[in-house]
Amino acid sequence: MTTLLKEPKAKKLGLKERYAHLTRGLGWETTYQPMSKVFPFADYEGIKIHDWDAWEDPFRLTMDAYWKYQAEKERKLYAVIDSFAQNNGQMNITDARYINAIKIFLTGVSPLEYMAHRGYAQVGRHFVGAGPRVACQMQAIDELRHAQTQIHTISHYNKFFDGLHDSRHMHDRVWYLSVPKSFFDDAASAGPFEFLTAISFSFEYVLTNLLFVPFMSGAAFNGDMATVTFGFSAQSDESRHMTLGLEIIKFMLEQDEGNVPIVQKWIDKWFWRGYRLLTIVAMMMDYMLPKRVMSWAEAWEMYFEEAGGALFKDLARYGIREPKYADVARKEKGRLSHEAWCTFYNYTHAAAFHTWVPKEEELAWLSEKYPDTFDKLYRPRFEYWQKQQEAGKRFYNNSLPQLCTVCQVPMLFTEPDDPTKICFRRAEHKGETYHFCSDGCCDIFKDEPEKYIQSWLPVHQIFQGNCGGATIPDVLAWYHLNNGVDNLDYQGSPDQQLWDAWMKDRGKAGG
Amino acid sequence: MAQNVSITLQNTDEGRAIAAAILSDNPAATVASMPSLTKIDCPGRLEIRRDSVETQLGRDYDLQELQLSLISLAGNVDEDDERIVIAWKN
Repeated sequence: MTTLLKEPKAKKLGLKERYAHLTRGLGWETTYQPMSKVFPFADYEGIKIHDWDAWEDPFRLTMDAYWKYQAEKERKLYAVIDSFAQNNGQMNITDARYINAIKIFLTGVSPLEYMAHRGYAQVGRHFVGAGPRVACQMQAIDELRHAQTQIHTISHYNKFFDGLHDSRHMHDRVWYLSVPKSFFDDAASAGPFEFLTAISFSFEYVLTNLLFVPFMSGAAFNGDMATVTFGFSAQSDESRHMTLGLEIIKFMLEQDEGNVPIVQKWIDKWFWRGYRLLTIVAMMMDYMLPKRVMSWAEAWEMYFEEAGGALFKDLARYGIREPKYADVARKEKGRLSHEAWCTFYNYTHAAAFHTWVPKEEELAWLSEKYPDTFDKLYRPRFEYWQKQQEAGKRFYNNSLPQLCTVCQVPMLFTEPDDPTKICFRRAEHKGETYHFCSDGCCDIFKDEPEKYIQSWLPVHQIFQGNCGGATIPDVLAWYHLNNGVDNLDYQGSPDQQLWDAWMKDRGKAGG
Repeated sequence: MAQNVSITLQNTDEGRAIAAAILSDNPAATVASMPSLTKIDCPGRLEIRRDSVETQLGRDYDLQELQLSLISLAGNVDEDDERIVIAWKN
């Protein structure tokens, strides 16, 4: 009888052990220089950390696994991009109006991905513990990937549609893009712990679901295979970033009781900053998707009121409560997208995308989704504008709007308890008066006035003569915007003419 | 009542298999389908088991591959070689 002798197999390390080996011992107490010089930003925000090793990535992602799965994501994405280009995917979207949402995405969101790359590289350098440093390093690489893949994917649309030709330049100059730009600059110029609370927690964990999940599902519904693919490729990283966001909050709260009020203040601030930034997403969802998945109000209920509600109940054991002014956001959910779209309808002659009066069936959808507000407050405006437009008097507002000093959104929001009255708040600082769209933004200013008096407010800059000249064509040229092509109503735009020609050709036999 | 935890997966071959595994292991889970994605909610706690996913896929599966199918989640995460748990602690 023969016995098959099995080679004794070396026991493979488990996931927990592999992760422990990756992160432990990577940091050490420095001797040539004091720790306070090596990590100069670790203490000044007042956050006390007693044991950096207590922080663990719940996914326990090791470097080898990270490279392996990221490479796989890239292969999948680039296969789709090639296929999209080869199959003339640009012709399979529902309607060229949809592309205007992608113009906002490329000019408003993709540059933030790049800023996030820089931000995480920076805080990864400045955290003392190896666990968060590794997680921040992975996230910095992820964010760079997001910026690159978004630019690469959307470049295909740039071959056909207008307004996509100089997104980085526009991001730094165009008036409404100062909203996302200043949001991120505000976070990146804070300390490392506030940056993580702002971006990893408030933005990634609490709010980005509203951008990447229902909006990307909407992109799929509108035949935009390219955007869905980069969106979900990015979002698969975001799930890891969200987990980092929740872990860093819990870590700060568990390390020292004195951290609780600091973290709560940041949650209040960054919830409000992020929520104001999402105004434009509300408008993209309700007005810019020809086929709609869910309304902004429904998405807000699902992702903030329900999911956020569960989160803040979980954090209550640390003494954390729901962000301040979440009640105001609740009151605004039936009007946010309409107030924003009406404003852009007014100012689309100075924007890098087109606007339009919604079609009859779209107005009906809005009435159905917003039974308490739409017919009463907003439908009459659209019907009036439609008549004006049919009479050849498309309305453009040639004044410049007043901007909120903190969020930089034009003062378009209404009083929490009166949707017919514009909300104005003001504060004095060193003899100057500053204006705000809400109590939320006014509070943020009062807490750090020296930071926000430096705001680069586009309207002020135009009036000061810093934006190419005194007329709208001068300013548009300074924005690198092609006047009469990239801007104005969708009706009569080159985008519309191109799309209508494609649709007409569909009926023809070859040639 | 326990608050819902949640996971959102892509509507891909693998995503569908993972969703089926989750639904077989978590009887309280409910599903919402949207274009290109599936959102699964479950009161308090939800578990993704490696062996169940392997049964659905008919091949070996490393739970870290979930990174390729995941869109979003809500809850505290804990992962080891055999399972991923998403839970609220309260």
